[in-house]
Amino acid sequence: MEQFIEWIKQPWPWWVAGPLIGLTVPILLLIGNKSFGISSSLRHVCAMCVPANIPFFTYNWRKEMWNIVFVIGILIGGFVATAFFANPETIVIAESTQQDLAALGITDYSSLMPAEIFNWENLFTAKGLLFFVVGGFLVGFGTRYAGGCTSGHAIMGISSLQWPSVVATIFFMIGGFLMTHAFLGPLMTLVGF
Amino acid sequence: MKTTIIEKTQDPKDCGTPNNKIDHEAGFGLIKYLIVGLFFGLIFVKAEIISWFRIQEMFRLQSFFMYGVIGSAILVGIISIQLIKRFNIKTIHGDEIIIPKKEFRKGQIIGGFIFGLGWALTGACPGPLFAQIGSGFTVIAVTLVSAIAGTWTYGRFSDKLPN
Repeated sequence: MEQFIEWIKQPWPWWVAGPLIGLTVPILLLIGNKSFGISSSLRHVCAMCVPANIPFFTYNWRKEMWNIVFVIGILIGGFVATAFFANPETIVIAESTQQDLAALGITDYSSLMPAEIFNWENLFTAKGLLFFVVGGFLVGFGTRYAGGCTSGHAIMGISSLQWPSVVATIFFMIGGFLMTHAFLGPLMTLVGF
Repeated sequence: MKTTIIEKTQDPKDCGTPNNKIDHEAGFGLIKYLIVGLFFGLIFVKAEIISWFRIQEMFRLQSFFMYGVIGSAILVGIISIQLIKRFNIKTIHGDEIIIPKKEFRKGQIIGGFIFGLGWALTGACPGPLFAQIGSGFTVIAVTLVSAIAGTWTYGRFSDKLPN
């Protein structure tokens, strides 16, 4: 048992994680005819809490509760992994990425998220505004506008061989490349890194 | 041979993850999704997919890791769906498997691009957001609330945006 715990605490390689994530597609279909997708949960929260008579949010969200339960499961899974099976070593990140990030003022690799950015002290600062408020808004607005996220389009959509999902995934990547290579540096300087 | 996959056409207004199960399920019937979600969150953290650093490596093309994760997930997904079609596999309740058809719209380009910008900033797509909060990065709850606000804003103005 102890050896098992030791083994499970190691970071899992991509060839373990990727296929397991892929298996979510048939599992959800087989256990309840559900199409894998996560960003829809954000829409269900809107429909549940602030529908405001907007047609986009007036549907029977009770029927979609499984999606909310699923994301609550993800949150609990995150807790379990960190509380009981956390990797005691620091995360291994490519040397070249570390150099690039050092130039932006990011050097703390003590946890999975850079402590310089993701802390409560930054909340009411320009840093928090950029990374939490603007970043989150772009994720929520963009995924709903695109009709899905990495799970709904890149994984579920491409797995079922649907070309609009390929288009969506290509534009996810273009947006990400552009932010990383063109905007991230200037924006971080602007907010005080 | 008859295919089990009924590709239902979707209206943009329709749900992205529609519930195609015929009978109503509630309460304990939902626990299986909690368990699948739990394992999913566990994988996200154990493979360090929730890490902002990993997403930076990916967008800087400095590591194969995330490409390996997404690529192998898609491969397993494709094979699984092909097997379901080929062997006419039904759900555990005996229903036909339904996969909604995704219609092409401008939103996949514009919205996809906007999401990409946010993905590189937050280091998270919606799934990892939940796993990050569970992992103790509680400030990400603010990002999540902002993402919900973004979703609401899209819903509010969806009829005025190019679709």
